[in-house]
Amino acid sequence: MTLSPPAHTTASAASAPAPSAPAPPAPAVPIAARAVTLPFPFPADQYRYGTNVEAAPKFVATEAGGWGARVLDIDADYASELAERARIVQRDPSRCQTLEHMRPAVWDTITTLLPILATEYPDLMAYTRDGRHCTWRNDLLGLSLEFTVGDDSSLGVDPLEFISGQIQDDIAILDEREGALWLDAGVVTFAADWCLGFDVGMRFAEIHGPVPRVHGERIVSRAEQFLMHLQPGETFRRTNWSMTVDRRLDTSTDVYPEWGRDRRLIEDDPNFADRMHLRVEVQHLIRLPTSGAILFLVRTYLISLAEIATVPAWRERVGRVLEELPEDMAEYKGLTRFRHQAADWLLAP
Amino acid sequence: MSAVLADTVPPLVSTPPIPNALSLTLTSVVDLTSQIRAFTLRAPNGAVLPEFVPGSHILVRCGERTNAYSLTGSGVHPLEYTISVLRLPGGAGGSTALHALPLGTTVQVSRPRSAFAPVATAKHHLLIAAGIGITPMLSHLAAARDWNRSVSLLYSYRPGTAAHLDEARGFGIDDLVESTTREQFRRTLEQRLRSQPVGTHLYICGPQGFTDAVLLAAAEAGWPDKRVHYELFGAATLDPGAPFTVRLARSARSVPVAAGQSLLEALEAVGTAVLNLCRRGICGECALPVLAGKPQHRDLYLSPEGKAANDTMMCCVSRGHENELELDL
Ligand code: HEM
Ligand code: FES
Repeated sequence: MTLSPPAHTTASAASAPAPSAPAPPAPAVPIAARAVTLPFPFPADQYRYGTNVEAAPKFVATEAGGWGARVLDIDADYASELAERARIVQRDPSRCQTLEHMRPAVWDTITTLLPILATEYPDLMAYTRDGRHCTWRNDLLGLSLEFTVGDDSSLGVDPLEFISGQIQDDIAILDEREGALWLDAGVVTFAADWCLGFDVGMRFAEIHGPVPRVHGERIVSRAEQFLMHLQPGETFRRTNWSMTVDRRLDTSTDVYPEWGRDRRLIEDDPNFADRMHLRVEVQHLIRLPTSGAILFLVRTYLISLAEIATVPAWRERVGRVLEELPEDMAEYKGLTRFRHQAADWLLAP
Repeated sequence: MSAVLADTVPPLVSTPPIPNALSLTLTSVVDLTSQIRAFTLRAPNGAVLPEFVPGSHILVRCGERTNAYSLTGSGVHPLEYTISVLRLPGGAGGSTALHALPLGTTVQVSRPRSAFAPVATAKHHLLIAAGIGITPMLSHLAAARDWNRSVSLLYSYRPGTAAHLDEARGFGIDDLVESTTREQFRRTLEQRLRSQPVGTHLYICGPQGFTDAVLLAAAEAGWPDKRVHYELFGAATLDPGAPFTVRLARSARSVPVAAGQSLLEALEAVGTAVLNLCRRGICGECALPVLAGKPQHRDLYLSPEGKAANDTMMCCVSRGHENELELDL
């Protein structure tokens, strides 16, 4: 079995000092399980935007453990996150959209991601392909099926909905034409304060319109150039982050009334450190091999301040980042009301 | 860069090995015409090869030369790569050396590169090919068939010299117009350029003179540039560059950088660690201070002004000229 440890237990071994070593200032609590595999996004005490892309997959060790050995990360939340995605799409079909010209790219996504899953989780999943005929087995879902590439009816559901039901990542697919990238298909149920319904059909530069700083610093145009130079099959990744109250994955602008209120009321909550979460996104960028589209996967992780505090180095690092973050970036990320409170809590002696 | 004939790139005297190459076995050779030979390459173990976008090409290494050829099969789950090579007068572009390869030879080829892709939003695809320029159109036709795309092909060739003619006819497209004289082609083109459905995209491949003539005719007929596409080789990737040497001022050392090797790799090879992340010239991590010499900037990170200042270079992609570069390392 290759899954990460269950989310509700703690990985005490990771923090137990070796018996012979001189006892370090032992952390009062063991490292939280969610910390062990968290893609920790802060390389320094100061955070600024950049074109922070690197080739993937690649394992990265952290103070708490490590992450990144696989492109598609499946963890203990697999079943619950997929169920949540299905509920959201059912309620609001605008979360899953394929513009007509993107059908080949959607199938390209399926025939690219299923073999990756089968390779990365060989005990749980299996994929075969003979010409256009494919078989797929996913033991985590008790699923076993045969389908024909390009034949939507052979899947029984919308092809994009099908593939988004196999992975925890949100999916965006960008078409390249006229020297630009266009967001023309996707399944986005766990957006951090944006929504597919508004952005679908937009250019890369327009999508990034609301982000402060990045235009003057040419980050967006540079990133787009980079993506358009990716060759078929190439896979890169980057991280991004924000903060969210509670373990709420769906912070889409579509449902702002549901979560905006929590952001306003959180400051007075006695359980502040348990309810306030760091939200980390690992974003993979893959040039699809037969359609030439860019596949953008967003895998979201939530970890509470209390859990972060079980890793002393992170406690301080996150505290410093939040304390120092320039106001325009804090405002854009929606952290203005609580980031100093969070920093103070983390940096308290 | 201008349009080039389908199977030529500017001749290189001696080119470095193809990075990240596939070693494939030549399994079949068929003469399509007296001058054009089709080659089939397979993985030694029969494995599926990397898929590719319609209109893609591969680099093929033969002897000391590397040339680009369009892949003529379907890019979907391919078990083989096929290319068709025109024997050029005097063997230009390594065509004679390739024609001489015996069956069973192991050939080094690059992964497929896409530089002539169909536009997904096009309402209609008008493919215009002359001679060996038919080669990249075949994968376009295969994809058009697979996805029910509306497509026309104008194929111009001299009688008796047409490669892939039966194959092109075999796709069963409604609209295939063959021309065997210049005059016939000129008339067809004239008429077609003025009678296309809105949203048609034009794809051109053939000898330079042919491509230029079609581009001109399209411009005169009022076609916007963004709906006109022609085959370009080499634009999709950085060329390996020439060898050069850098001086490291602080450690008073010289480090040679080979063709096809990056400065970053060369520094790592001599034990000089440099911070890096993307290794693609976009993140800015690997910036190095330049004390003397003019870097050949190839990154996407520095602004035009930053490049002109010549005091910083991104060592993962940018290079030097011969031995004039001095770094603050
Ligand atoms: C190398 C590639 C990329 C870079 C460097 C980049 C950079 C950024 C940055 C710095 C932000 C602000 C994030 C924050 O503070 O929370 C952002 C937001 C965003 N990015 Fe990207 N991005 C990249 C690729 C993509 C792609 C491929 C998509 C495809 C859909 C995308 C969609 C978005 C969206 C929807 C937002 C939120 C914008 C809003 O507030 O409405 N990004 N990006
Ligand atoms: S490593 Fe990113 S620019 Fe060189």
